[in-house]
Amino acid sequence: MSETGAQTGGPLTKVLEVDDVTIRFGGLTALDSVSFDIREGEILGLIGPNGAGKTTCFNVMTGVYQATSGQVLFDGKPLTKLARHKITQLGIARTFQNIRLFRSMTVLENVMVGADAHSKVGFWDALLRTPRHRHTESESTTRAKELLKIVGISARHDELAANLSYGDQRRLEIARAMATGPKLLCLDEPAAGFNPAEKLKLMELIRRVRDEGYTVLLIEHDMRLVMGVTDRIVVLEFGRKIAEGTPAEIRDNPAVIAAYLGVDEEDAS
Amino acid sequence: MSAATTERTPAVALNPLQRLGLWWDGVVDRYNALPKLSRLLLVILFVLFCYALPLLRPPIITTNAIDFGGVMFSVAAFALVALGLNIVIGYAGLLDLGYVGFYAVGAYTTGVLTTYHWHWPFFLALPLAIAVTMVTGVILGAPTLRVRGDYLAIVTLGFGEIIRICVNNVQWLGASAGIKDIPHPNTIGKKPVPPFDPGGMFAIPHLKWNGWVPSLDKVHETHFLVFGAVDAIPYYWLLLTAMILVLLGDRLVKASRVGRAWEATREDEDAAELMGVPTFKYKLMAFALGAAIGGLSGSFYASSQGGYISPDSFPLLLSMLFVAAVIVGGSGNRWGAMAGGTLVAYLPERFRAFADYRLLVFGLALTVLAVWRPEGLLPPRRTRRAKLVEAQIDELEGEGVVDE
Repeated sequence: MSETGAQTGGPLTKVLEVDDVTIRFGGLTALDSVSFDIREGEILGLIGPNGAGKTTCFNVMTGVYQATSGQVLFDGKPLTKLARHKITQLGIARTFQNIRLFRSMTVLENVMVGADAHSKVGFWDALLRTPRHRHTESESTTRAKELLKIVGISARHDELAANLSYGDQRRLEIARAMATGPKLLCLDEPAAGFNPAEKLKLMELIRRVRDEGYTVLLIEHDMRLVMGVTDRIVVLEFGRKIAEGTPAEIRDNPAVIAAYLGVDEEDAS
Repeated sequence: MSAATTERTPAVALNPLQRLGLWWDGVVDRYNALPKLSRLLLVILFVLFCYALPLLRPPIITTNAIDFGGVMFSVAAFALVALGLNIVIGYAGLLDLGYVGFYAVGAYTTGVLTTYHWHWPFFLALPLAIAVTMVTGVILGAPTLRVRGDYLAIVTLGFGEIIRICVNNVQWLGASAGIKDIPHPNTIGKKPVPPFDPGGMFAIPHLKWNGWVPSLDKVHETHFLVFGAVDAIPYYWLLLTAMILVLLGDRLVKASRVGRAWEATREDEDAAELMGVPTFKYKLMAFALGAAIGGLSGSFYASSQGGYISPDSFPLLLSMLFVAAVIVGGSGNRWGAMAGGTLVAYLPERFRAFADYRLLVFGLALTVLAVWRPEGLLPPRRTRRAKLVEAQIDELEGEGVVDE
């Protein structure tokens, strides 16, 4: 699985480029000159022990934090100083480690909020029910339903998001992020709290998402999941990048083993 | 039908207010199950009933101590304000404690435009009053909507007071004496010539009730459509019409991208932003729309029967009552908000006999509501559904503990 798609030679389109990014919170350096890139059509894993700076890295890419120095390039253009919703409209979407759905909206509405990201419909369109409103509305409804089918919860589209089971809420988060029509889909520990059977299904889903044409960035703790599904892996430790390569390379990298696998292998098995 | 009812009946003991919610759900379900034509017919009947209410003066509902038409006018004004505030609090989740400020801006704009300064006719001043209030909303919202939650509540509270105090000190706006003799809207039909010709196109008699037996009351008639100091009913009709228009607009906008953006922002602002919702823009829009509706209501208030406004007409307490109306009725549901507005305006007038205890009873009612039904009388259907599920789960878990 890991040999599919992008990295088989030739000039590769870089979707996103993290270029020498440093972030300091007061005296704490959360990210220290980190550079890597994400190529079109691949699944990139971002791993590291707790506190390694994975989520911080994520937050820089999606505009939640501003880099102290260095920059993030998306499609060759720097993301610095862009409003968060603009970044989403450019094509980066994310899910949250601790699920953050719109709990008292229905499942379908949650996904439609994502689908609205590119909508040009405004107040007057809505009030006057212009053709643009009707057209966009039916288009995003169809799209949202399709996405719910892809993640496998279309039967529950009328349910409140809060009433979904934990696993389905994670699926809904993925569908909502996909609805924004991203070029890059960032999943922040999507398997947290899953049992092995659910993790297996999630791996299938992630592959399926990639096959739909999305580029995926995956932050994950579970090594088996990461090794099983990603094309390339970037390893962080204490805010520094310590390794980068295919899953097989990472598995044999002594620095990684020392930093991470040696500790984690036990509870992964 | 019965299957649906049993399905919805939970295994949990319900308090009366929750039963009211279930009953209302049932009503809505039955209404939705009707064919389109019957639904339209029912709506028309209901609207006609609302228009006719002050003429019918049904027993029990009617107020004998004071003019029922006047009470209905203030009820409609409150319901309209609640409808506007519901957009801000209920949809977008912005706790605005200074809403009375917008009410005042609408009223004063109308007052200034129609009296000594310009002498505009009311219907020309009305759109401008709405526009001015909307702009005020944007001006106040642009800096304040960057703060969230409790902070926003405090800031808006301040603005409500600032507007009142400013007005109180500006000579041009009448200062503490206020603006008096604000002209009424133009009468449609023949101009009344006091004291003998009441004017208007035609006269509509009221009903008079002897116990449960109605008869026509030829002494009290409403002249169509005379806006004067005598009869409040034409104002009520005007306000009701405005309210229906606002209600329709509210419905259209809520069921669209805009409504979804508001709700998403209310639920989780950061997540909404990261899903591509320009949250600030939508918060500002909600704030401005709410302000515009408050201004609309205030404009009607200024040119109503009394034709007099002063800073004292817009105390902070009024803001609290507006918020109470939305919360009591069920924040997020337009019908709930209107019901809340109706209750808050109507009950004190109906029970004037207990005038001394009014605030006490009001406080008690709020407490009971907070305990029994914190989500309001008629919260959005989905909130009710979620609460019911929660209660059932609690019940099940409770049983489990007992078994152990």
